[in-house]
Amino acid sequence: MGTALHPVNAAAKDGRLLRAAVLVTVAAGLVLPIAAGFLQTARAGVGVMPAIGAADVSLAPFVALLDIPGFSTALRLTLLTGFGATALSVMLAVGVCAAMHGRMSPRDSGRLLTPFLAAPHAAMAIGLAFLLSPSGWIARALAPLAGWDRPPMVATVNDPAGLALIFGLMVKEVPFLLLVILSALSQIPVRRHLAAGRSLGYGRGIVWIKVIMPQVWPLIRLPVMVVLAYSLSVVDMALILGPSNPPTLAVLLLRLFSSPDIGLMMPASAGALVQAALVAMAFGLLLALDRAGRAIGRWWVRRGGRGLSAEPGLWIATALSGILFAAGALAMLSLLVWSLAWRWPWPGLAPESWSLNTWTTPGSGWAGALGNTLILAAAATALCLVLAIAWLEGEDRARRGRAGWAEALIYLPLLVPQIGFLFGLNVLFLRLGLSGSYLAVIWAHALFVFPYVMIALSDPWRALDRQLPRAAASLGAGPWRRLFAVKLPILLTPLLTATAIGVSVSVAQYLPTLFMGAGRVATLTTEAVTLSSSSDRRITGVYATLQAGLPFAVYGAAFLIPALLHRNRRDLLPGAAA
Amino acid sequence: MTLHLDAVAVAHRGAEPLFPPITMIVRPGEIATVMGPSGIGKSTLLDAIGGHLAHGFSMSGSVRLDEADIAQLPAEARRVGLMFQDAALFPHLSVGDNLAFGLSRSVRGRAARRLAVEAALDRAGLSGLHDRDPATLSGGQRSRAALMRTLLAEPRALLLDEPFSRLDAALRAEMRAFTFEHIRDRRIPALMVTHDPEDAEAAGGPALDLTSLTPVSYRNCPVSKS
Repeated sequence: MGTALHPVNAAAKDGRLLRAAVLVTVAAGLVLPIAAGFLQTARAGVGVMPAIGAADVSLAPFVALLDIPGFSTALRLTLLTGFGATALSVMLAVGVCAAMHGRMSPRDSGRLLTPFLAAPHAAMAIGLAFLLSPSGWIARALAPLAGWDRPPMVATVNDPAGLALIFGLMVKEVPFLLLVILSALSQIPVRRHLAAGRSLGYGRGIVWIKVIMPQVWPLIRLPVMVVLAYSLSVVDMALILGPSNPPTLAVLLLRLFSSPDIGLMMPASAGALVQAALVAMAFGLLLALDRAGRAIGRWWVRRGGRGLSAEPGLWIATALSGILFAAGALAMLSLLVWSLAWRWPWPGLAPESWSLNTWTTPGSGWAGALGNTLILAAAATALCLVLAIAWLEGEDRARRGRAGWAEALIYLPLLVPQIGFLFGLNVLFLRLGLSGSYLAVIWAHALFVFPYVMIALSDPWRALDRQLPRAAASLGAGPWRRLFAVKLPILLTPLLTATAIGVSVSVAQYLPTLFMGAGRVATLTTEAVTLSSSSDRRITGVYATLQAGLPFAVYGAAFLIPALLHRNRRDLLPGAAA
Repeated sequence: MTLHLDAVAVAHRGAEPLFPPITMIVRPGEIATVMGPSGIGKSTLLDAIGGHLAHGFSMSGSVRLDEADIAQLPAEARRVGLMFQDAALFPHLSVGDNLAFGLSRSVRGRAARRLAVEAALDRAGLSGLHDRDPATLSGGQRSRAALMRTLLAEPRALLLDEPFSRLDAALRAEMRAFTFEHIRDRRIPALMVTHDPEDAEAAGGPALDLTSLTPVSYRNCPVSKS
């Protein structure tokens, strides 16, 4: 033939460079530190901690850990709350989807779920504590009926069995799983499969279990793993709602790590390894269940049974979820009410007198915490947005999709327990002199913001009509003009949604702020969690209201800005077929 | 300008080429047609010429405009216009701004550029629609706006990817006449892929069947008249 092959041109080379640069940044900024942090924790866990003069490898830290009072109870509580919350949340979310699918437009359900997704865990937990406690709204509403003249002496929050914690986790996790399942369902011809199944004599609920869910499961497995890992290692919610003595493992470890006795560092590190092993085992169990479920499912499908009706189950799931949503909404409301309350004696349903006192004295501390929170959220989110756009644009310019391993990499920070590597990382940062700086905290936030920003942006980016950038290129627009004049403006709505998600993730960070900030960077979240154990609900209410209000405001802006800017652009308004 | 395709073939990752090598000359104002069933790689051929090949595809042979080989240039430097089935108007820009996006940089000054855009809108029967949302245009209006946007970029060649297949029969004839008239007026070589024999008939240029590479109803083009 004699003519050269030209598989790539300059733009594609440029794209590969960009892609490589982003991958190196992500690897150096994300994978290496997590690995280094783990290594550091692991070294301390087996007795090597040169800083305090321990140099010999031994199992002594593990022995010491076993001797810590309440360790075995903590372990049991962790397993109970982690698995309990995850299993119940998955069942409820699936049941609600089966019962409600087709009765609600994706747009409406998105609107309903957003506030619950945006609310930080800590604020939600504080609100639920206000609601559920013996002196809370529910008890006050029941008081006249039950004839209580004082708050009942029942531990409805911080109960030793961890039921309040399970409830709190479910209030946050059911909406998240609903969102994930709804987006998975949009990729499946649900209506046709449902019709086909029912015409063969299967009830609606049974078609969901036998036909729809097996298709949904592979799409939601990773998010369910995220929920499982989170539930097993949650700290902020467990501090506020969980059992206090003994607490769950993650809280016990936090106590050990922050104890003034540095001799406890090593057993705490050993505990962090146990925590990591626990999560790894949980993943193993989930995958084993996955396998077993497939085999059992096939056997069940082949039997062809049609008799069973799942309808009552669906309605129970919907009713229970309704209770969760109502509790979540009331919890958010109670934050605001408490922050404005002055005198609120038992058993009144509303305060007797109101006051703006706490709000009008920003010098009392909330102004500084709000400022810090804003700085961290803005910096971490901006950093992650730029990185995510660079990643996706690099894929476009190299004209190739994402490798599977890169996809898994994005999820990594969400799957490993925070306490496992944050302590070791802080030790490293201390040595580098970075501990306690804003930079260290911003970076730690970015670690958890990036996955969510990337997940939120990837699908809309890939769904963008490929002909538009092509048309722009054929009109002479180079890669940068295509990015800034065509792609980014069209993707304004998903970009703003990703921003809102990023801000809400950053605002919610408790452990990374605490560890990497070395206790010196006070945010709304760290202050709210600290205050939640104090008795002044008014001040706690102010911090928690601000903590929840910030993400709400950003989500609100993310709804309003595109609606205003695109009011005259029908194809870009939400609900338009993109 | 004359578009020369010299033994152009496209293959995916070392597999067999999608179609036998194509050699074709498209003269100024001539509309050549490539026909063939869907899935044979008609659109991929246009991607190769326009510089839009996806990763993993490689092109062999040469694509020249007059004497200049353009196969190594990035898409934006080739100045090869592209018309799609659906007009691919940018949804975030008004109709006028879509045209301004295409308008060549050689037209300078706000007033002059606005004037050029308005003139193009007039020519396309879209007067007064400068500020309209492209989503509110009819199918025919959208196609005409897209053609104007492409022509304002002063392309040296034009590629048409089944440009009329989404339009209903009456509109199709009208759009065909409108598009071809503009191409002939400006003496741009154009290559159209289609599976509609009527398109090829109306184009009047050389026509090639991609499965067999045999010329279909070859007729001399009417361009030499002008």
